[in-house]
Amino acid sequence: MSDSTFARRAATHLVLILVTMAVLYPLVLVLKIAFGPGQGFSAGLSPIPDTVSLDNFRAVVSETTPDGVWLFGRQLLNSAVIAISTTVVGILLACTAGYAFSRFDFPGRETGLMTFLVSQMFPGVMMMIPLYLILEKLGLLNAPMGLILVYATTSIPFCVWMLKGYFDTIPRELEESAIMDGASRFTIFWRIILPLSAPAVAVTALFCFMTAWNEFVLAFTFMDDPLAFTLPVAVQGYVGEKSIEWGRFAAASVLVSVPVMALFFALQKHLVGGLTAGAVKG
Amino acid sequence: MKRYDGDVLAVDSLDLEIQSGELVVLVGPSGCGKSTTLRMIAGLEHITDGDLHIGDRRVNDVHPRDRDIAMVFQSYALYPHMTVRENMAFGLVLRKTPRDEIDRRVQEAAQTLGLDDLLARKPRALSGGQRQRVAMGRALVRQPQVFLFDEPLSNLDAKLRGQMRLEIARLHRQLGATMIYVTHDQVEAMTLADRIAILDQGRLQQFGSPMEVYKAPANRFVASFIGTPSMNMIEGALKVEGDAGWFEGDSVRIELPKVELEALRQGLGEQRELTLGVRPSSLSIVNDNGELNGSVEHVERMGAETFAHVSCGSGTVICRFGGDHPVALGDSLSLGLDWAEVHFFDKAGDRLSRGETL
Repeated sequence: MSDSTFARRAATHLVLILVTMAVLYPLVLVLKIAFGPGQGFSAGLSPIPDTVSLDNFRAVVSETTPDGVWLFGRQLLNSAVIAISTTVVGILLACTAGYAFSRFDFPGRETGLMTFLVSQMFPGVMMMIPLYLILEKLGLLNAPMGLILVYATTSIPFCVWMLKGYFDTIPRELEESAIMDGASRFTIFWRIILPLSAPAVAVTALFCFMTAWNEFVLAFTFMDDPLAFTLPVAVQGYVGEKSIEWGRFAAASVLVSVPVMALFFALQKHLVGGLTAGAVKG
Repeated sequence: MKRYDGDVLAVDSLDLEIQSGELVVLVGPSGCGKSTTLRMIAGLEHITDGDLHIGDRRVNDVHPRDRDIAMVFQSYALYPHMTVRENMAFGLVLRKTPRDEIDRRVQEAAQTLGLDDLLARKPRALSGGQRQRVAMGRALVRQPQVFLFDEPLSNLDAKLRGQMRLEIARLHRQLGATMIYVTHDQVEAMTLADRIAILDQGRLQQFGSPMEVYKAPANRFVASFIGTPSMNMIEGALKVEGDAGWFEGDSVRIELPKVELEALRQGLGEQRELTLGVRPSSLSIVNDNGELNGSVEHVERMGAETFAHVSCGSGTVICRFGGDHPVALGDSLSLGLDWAEVHFFDKAGDRLSRGETL
């Protein structure tokens, strides 16, 4: 290895290390605060904890209402129900819609796709007031169903595009072959297209799940009963007007991220395949 | 059969009657409508106008799955997520064939095609030739009335292609099934077909046995499409003086035998423009006063045979000799025509028949 290539490599690695540290530092700091004993920053900026305590986690998990309802459990359940339902509804509709957009020629196909695309260009917050009014009319404020509807409808356009893009890469001859084999449209969709699209479906499902699981602004707006809160709203509650409980805030944040991280790891294999989908035909 | 795609006429007034048990090859250059025709038979394309019968049944509006047809695709179109066994069984499973019957048929087809050891593999773990076999096996287990092949060998290398060609011929003999085979390769067409249908620009040019289309091409297109190297074509006109007649081209003047002259005069009517066609194998060296004279521009030695490109007037004719023939660059040759193998085409490209049938 010549000096100049060594220098170049060293420089590359230096930059990468710096960027990695910049990315990881806040996370490490959150972990430190979460596992720390107090509620403040008093520990300073060093990422290395002096004492490790589970007090904050205990406090967050055992939170109850004055009349004895287990608040954390209830909010975890809300989040889970909403995120899973959003994913199921979103994927179900996005798969079928994506397939139709990919394979069928029907009036309004182009317009539909364009509408979906344009709808993605507006910030979600813009929809807050109209959505609030709709949910109020439907009586779905403070109800999980309301958030499921909102999340599913806002994530479907993106999912449809994503899945349509993947379906487009599946050769039509496979379907024609299945037609000759005697398969109906639905059989083709169910037994040929979907199994082949598993990576794309996994990525899309994860996207749906994360959107619903992490979303804060809409949930914060539509829910005012602590029993109806999702976890992100609950987390924000620790940073109140009167007292700021950084320790519990951090602990709750860590708890909220665990399921998403677990999902990421579980789907890792598919994710890598899904993200590079279409790049290489095979 | 016809098909309009927007305003494009892909296949125009194609009329074929294929006998049961026959292997018919549809051949033509790309874009000639051969694949479209096959897809119409399969039911993957809508027939704009005309009737398609399989057996006694008009099947225009019959769903592909009910046409009792199996198709082998150019890309094989194997289901990547299924094993070889599942791929072959898929059509039978969908038709609710009993389990043991499926197993028996898959086993049988696998044996015929030499796939026994590969049944548990996924398509991506197979070579091109093996995938090709699986695609055929998938058609085989269905035991359909008609097999359709859409350029099944074009993704294989030359050696494998030759092998699979034999295998398809063997299968056809063995099964006695009706097969329709699309290719752009005239060698495949000649070697496999009971009858060849030659298509160009959506129109049927000729439908006949391989030797018929080779020996008696219906028109100029068929004549130059079938045979390698192509038939030599010399443009010219008919000159008649009294009882004698000549074919006169650019610095070529060939006296016509009586029979030929009579046939041409009848065939041409008032027309005089002509094209003379002769295959490279129907030219031979004569001492002198041969019909075509020129010097050798280029020699291609293939081993078993030698092709000499001879410049004659403004054009070049290709001439086939034996492998060891001493012909060399720059030689002056006098070439004689084998009159039994000479064809004349009129301005429209149609062959002028000498009246003798083959």
